[in-house]
Amino acid sequence: MAIEIGEVLVSGKDGSADALVLSLPISFWGGIDPTSGTVIDPRHPDHRASIAGKVLFLPGTIGSSSASAVLMELVHAGKAPAAIVLHEPDAILLVGLICAREMAWQTPPAFKLNRERHLQFASRRVSFDSDGRIAAL
Amino acid sequence: MTLQLTDEEREIAAGSQGEGAAMAMRIVVEAARLLGAARLIPIKSAHIDGALYHGDSGTLLAERLVRGGARVAVRSTLNVGALDLTGCSQIRLPDQQRGMARRMMSAYAELGCEASWTCAPYQAGHRPEFGTDVAWGESNAVVFCNSVLGARTNRYGDFLDIACAISARAPETGLHLPANRIPAVNVDFSALDREFLASDVAWPVLGSLYGRLVGDAIGIITGVETDPGEDDLKAFGAAAASSGAVGLFHIDGITPEARNGEAGWQTSEIIAVSPEMVADARSRLSTAIRPDRIDAVAIGSPHLSIEEFRRLERALAGRKLSVPLYACTGRHALHWLEESRRRKALEALGVVIVADTCVVVTPIMRELAGGVLMTNSGKFAHYAPGNTGYDVLYASLEECVESAVSGRPTLNGIHHGH
Repeated sequence: MAIEIGEVLVSGKDGSADALVLSLPISFWGGIDPTSGTVIDPRHPDHRASIAGKVLFLPGTIGSSSASAVLMELVHAGKAPAAIVLHEPDAILLVGLICAREMAWQTPPAFKLNRERHLQFASRRVSFDSDGRIAAL
Repeated sequence: MTLQLTDEEREIAAGSQGEGAAMAMRIVVEAARLLGAARLIPIKSAHIDGALYHGDSGTLLAERLVRGGARVAVRSTLNVGALDLTGCSQIRLPDQQRGMARRMMSAYAELGCEASWTCAPYQAGHRPEFGTDVAWGESNAVVFCNSVLGARTNRYGDFLDIACAISARAPETGLHLPANRIPAVNVDFSALDREFLASDVAWPVLGSLYGRLVGDAIGIITGVETDPGEDDLKAFGAAAASSGAVGLFHIDGITPEARNGEAGWQTSEIIAVSPEMVADARSRLSTAIRPDRIDAVAIGSPHLSIEEFRRLERALAGRKLSVPLYACTGRHALHWLEESRRRKALEALGVVIVADTCVVVTPIMRELAGGVLMTNSGKFAHYAPGNTGYDVLYASLEECVESAVSGRPTLNGIHHGH
């Protein structure tokens, strides 16, 4: 059974959700629709997938400095991932969670986990907790 | 590394200077912790990307800062908003969103930011001195600030930019530290045709390729003998920051930190760029497959400079356009267009001047399933399909203008890097 311990980057509530493991890095701005959480970049292999309510595994992030705004908007709109698992801490993106928390909106946790360990969670239901435990159910 | 804060920073975060300043300091501190910074450092200026409306949450955050009594403590210019406050172009936002976008723009003005509303602040009089620490947002502005001006900034995401501007501090990490500005990769352009390197069509293509090649590594480009000039460096950086996480590039002998053949710079990796790689990168900028018509042209990402408007004028040569050509710019160039009576003349030919904003960040172009947009901007080419629904066809400025005149893609087809 797949269990990993990630580093907690931004704390949030424990939970479980279906995994979405992106196969390539993505730009949140221009790549994700902030109102729905759908991948809208037609060049991205996961085009049309939804990140809303998923445990989102990100091999990397690219591009715009507006990633934080898109992520905060997703939180405010109730379309954020249930948790975010990043290969590397991306401060631009995670500031979206920090600001959402300052606004007292319920924010998903973010974890750091090496991208080589992401694929085992593809198409699985995944639980996550405040100790950084990420487990396929 | 553990973050060390001064007593003053801790007191501000706890509310000694009001709730707005406290919130800003907490955001900077949390970001510093995530980034593994040892301390915060003072900054000289900020460029704020956070005033672009992406949804109500950003407006609510800015208004919370205003209510908390926050003010920026350093010179802070504003990047584009979602509205054209100059009235040059019509924005097709529904009333509710238009209202929230306007509230957001007002809130940032109340925080003390300058109403520059441009993604090219460095061509609108905001040019930090070489070697100074600043906190800039907007990926093209960041890469220009670091690479062409030699000031030091990381890529500050929305809201961390305004938080730094209010706190007058930034996390000491990344490109603020000289050791992190040294190139690791040598990207060699010497196999590319000199005539190609001298053409404006080259630099967005090369930027897009460079960004994909180096990702977030620092690179030094060799094999460029002639300074391509500020507008081409602007286009290169914008394209590189769109395709990769590029925040700083060096061009040997040209950009300020690489002007004197910096002693001791040893790159561990050399990537030789071939004409074939350039041709492939160029074809990747287009998503439209052999279109037989175009529906619009967009130029000005980053915002057009005065010199770029002169080139547009020369290419137009007084001819009427059969499809709209959107020319995105800031108030610095708009002022000149109006003073010199060029704005009306351009508009009479079918040019739509867009100020304060641009066509990929807010709905300006008509909604059109299967629409084809032609552009000379690597950044527009990258973002237009996702943000506007239009397919893109990348070309030179002159080809864009010819095509806007005829309504059909008119490509000279010789610029393929060899």
